[in-house]
Amino acid sequence: MNKLNLDKNKILTCRFYAEQIALNVQQFIDIHSTVSVERTVLRFLGIDGIDEFGVPLPNKIVDDIIKNGDIKIGVSYYVASALKFLNIDLQDFLKLYIQEEKSICSYPLINKQKVDSILKPYYDKSIDIIIQNKNAREEFINKYPRSNPDLYVIVATGNIDEDVTQAVAAAKAGADIIAVIRSTGQSLLDFVPYGKTTEGFGGTFATQENFRIMREALDKVSNEEKRYIKLVNYASGLCMPEIACMGALERLDVLLNDSMYGIIFRDINMKRTFVDQYFSRLINAYSGIIINTGEDNYLTTSDAVTEAHTVLASQFINEAFAKKAHLSENLMGLGHAFEINPDIEDSFLYEVAQAQMAREIFPNAPLKYMPPTKHINGNIFRAYQQNTMFNIVTTLTNQSIQLLGMMTEAIHTPFMSDRYLAIKNAKMIQNSMKSLASEIEYKDGGIIQQRAMGVLDEALNLLMKIDKDGMFNSLENGVFAETKRPINGGKGLNGVFEKASDYVNVISKRLEESFNED
Amino acid sequence: MKIKPYGDTLNDGKIQVSFTLPVEKSQKGVAAAKEFAKSMGLLDPSVVHAESIENGFSFYVVYGSIIHTIDFDKIHVEEITTKSLSRKEIEKLIETEFNREIVFVGASTGTDAHTVGIDAIMNMKGYAGHYGLERYSGISAYNLGSQVLNEDFIKEAIEKKADVLLISQTVTQKDVHLKNLVELVELLEAEGLRNQIILIVGGARITHELAKELGYDAGFGPGSYAEDVATFAISELIKRKV
Repeated sequence: MNKLNLDKNKILTCRFYAEQIALNVQQFIDIHSTVSVERTVLRFLGIDGIDEFGVPLPNKIVDDIIKNGDIKIGVSYYVASALKFLNIDLQDFLKLYIQEEKSICSYPLINKQKVDSILKPYYDKSIDIIIQNKNAREEFINKYPRSNPDLYVIVATGNIDEDVTQAVAAAKAGADIIAVIRSTGQSLLDFVPYGKTTEGFGGTFATQENFRIMREALDKVSNEEKRYIKLVNYASGLCMPEIACMGALERLDVLLNDSMYGIIFRDINMKRTFVDQYFSRLINAYSGIIINTGEDNYLTTSDAVTEAHTVLASQFINEAFAKKAHLSENLMGLGHAFEINPDIEDSFLYEVAQAQMAREIFPNAPLKYMPPTKHINGNIFRAYQQNTMFNIVTTLTNQSIQLLGMMTEAIHTPFMSDRYLAIKNAKMIQNSMKSLASEIEYKDGGIIQQRAMGVLDEALNLLMKIDKDGMFNSLENGVFAETKRPINGGKGLNGVFEKASDYVNVISKRLEESFNED
Repeated sequence: MKIKPYGDTLNDGKIQVSFTLPVEKSQKGVAAAKEFAKSMGLLDPSVVHAESIENGFSFYVVYGSIIHTIDFDKIHVEEITTKSLSRKEIEKLIETEFNREIVFVGASTGTDAHTVGIDAIMNMKGYAGHYGLERYSGISAYNLGSQVLNEDFIKEAIEKKADVLLISQTVTQKDVHLKNLVELVELLEAEGLRNQIILIVGGARITHELAKELGYDAGFGPGSYAEDVATFAISELIKRKV
C-alpha cells in the first residue's frame, strides 16, 4: 500500500534511530529488576491469594525478602530454598507461611544451579495454561474468521456483574472488543487487588477473578454470536508485568501496555516503567496478547496539528521496545487518534493523512485508532457527527482496532444506548463504504501527501534528537505531551533494584529461551 | 413572560426525549415508553422510534408537547457578572495592582482521570486560540494533572503559596464529583485556609450556581477560557485586598 508516496529511506532511518534509543534503555533494563517483576515470578509459580489483612501473598513475600533477605538475587532463590529445605509442596508451604509468620529467608540458600529444577514443576503449570489459552484463542479465531476493523467499546460500571450485562449487550449489538475500564487510581496501586469486586470509581478493579468472570461471559456470547469477542484490560501502571501474567492466565486478548504512558501520564518513575514494561511485554509476546500503546493521549494534552510528529516518533519507539521484548508485528497495536479541532479548515484531510501514514509505515500492526474526545462538547448531536467523520477515516485507512466514540463523551460513562448508537454508526460506515479505500488514491503532491511527508520529516528530526540526548534526558525535558518527568522522581522508584551477579529469574529465563529457540 | 419550548410554532411546547427500557422491544414496551412520557408531562406523546438493543433492552425516541409553562421573569440565576478582560488587560492589571506574581494551582482532583478541562485553562497553548494561564506574565501556574487527592492538592497549594485554586471535574460516575468537591472545601476550612484563597471549580457539568452552593467562589462551565477564569480571580483578589 503506497498512497502517500512516503520516502522509504526516511522511514528506515526513523526505525534505525528508534532502535538505537531502545537499545540504550535496554542496557539499563537488562541489569535491573523491580518489586513488580519479582511478584510476577511468584504469580507464575502459582502464588496467589491474600493473607488475613488482605495483603496479596506475592506482595507479602517480596516485602518479607526486602526486609529479611536480599531482593537483589531475586525471589526465585528464596522460594526454591524454602521448598528444598522443608521438602514440601509449594501450596503446603504457603499454608505454613501464612500460619507461622516465619520469614521465607529463614532457610539456607541452595546452589544457584538447583533453583530452576525445583521451581520448574510449578511454573510449568502456568506455562501450560498460557499455551492452552493461546490455542483456545486461535481455535476461536479460526472457527469464526472475520475482517477488520474490530469495533472496541468500553464498559465502566464499577461492578463486574453489571459490566457483564453491558458487555453482553454491546457484543450482541455488534461490538468485537470489550474493554473493562479500571477503577481510577488503580494504576498507582503497588499491588493487584484480589477476588471479585462490585465497587469501583469510574471503572472496575482489574483482578484475576474479574478477568475470569468476564472471559467466561464473553466466551458464551462468542459462541452465540459466532464471533470471537476479545477482552481488553490495562497493564500500564505500577503492576505492568503482574497484570500481563494474570491476563495470560485468564485469556485476555489485548492489554494497554505502553513503554512510556505511566511515566508521562501517571507520574510513575521512568526506570521503574522501563524495566516493568519489558517483562510485561515479554509475557504478552509469549501469550499472544496484543499490546495497545497510548500515543493518542499526547493529543489530548498537546495540539494535534503541531504535535502530530510526536505521535509518530513515539510509535517508532514503542515498536522498537516491543521488538526487544520479542513481540511480533501482528501484536503491536500502536495507538493514534482523531483529535484535530474540526473547526480547522481541511482538518479531515489532516486526519486522513495521519491515519494513512500510520497504516503505511506499520503495515502489519493492528493499529489502535482513538475517536475524538478533546474537541467534543456537550452537544451530543455534534459529537455524533464528529464520530461519523472518525468512523469514515477508520474505514478509509484500514485501521485495525476502532475505539468507538460516544456522543456523551465528557458527560458521563456511557449509557447502554450511547454505546448501541455508536456501534450502529460505525457499522453503517463500515458497510456503506466497504470498498471505498480500494477505490481511492491521493493526489500527487496534494494536501494529504504533503501533510504526511511533513509529519514524517519532523518525526525523524525528533528521533535524531532523542537519540542524541538519550531517552531519559528527553523525558526529563518533556519531549512527549509537554510533560517533564525527573529521572529520580515519580512513583515506584524505591521498587527498582540492580540485579546481583548471581540474580535468578526463572520465568524471564524460560520465556527468553523459548524465543531464542525459534 | 410565560414560555414553553419551541418546536415550529410559538408555545407548542414540543420536546424530544430518548431512553432505554430494560424490556424486549414490543407493543407493550412502546406503550410503557408512552406512559413514561405522559408522566413527564408530555401531552399526546408519540413514540417515533423503537429499536431492540438485544438481550432484553429496547431504545425509544419520543416527541410530545410539554404541559408545563415557565414564567421567565421569575427565573433567577447566579451569574458571574464581571465582563472578561483580555490577556493583555489582565497582565496589566496584575502589574499595577500587585507587586508580585499571582500563583494559580490547578488539578483534576479525586478519581477523575481527565485533564482536558484543566489543560485548556492552564497549559501554555490553551484551547481554541485562547492561551492558557502558563502563558500569562504575572501569573505562575502549576497544573498538577489528574487524580490528585484533595489532601495532596492542599499540601501543594500551601507549599506553592497559592492565591487561587482551580479544580477541574470532567467525567464522573454516580455524582462522586460532588462529594469530592465538598470534601475539599471541608478540608480547606479545617486547615483554616478557605478564606485565604480564591477557590474555583470548572467542568462540563459545573455551573456558577452549583459552585456557590458547594462553597466555591466561582464555577465555570463549558465554553469558558483562561481569560474568564483569570478575570474573575484577579478581580476577586483586588476586591479582597481593599
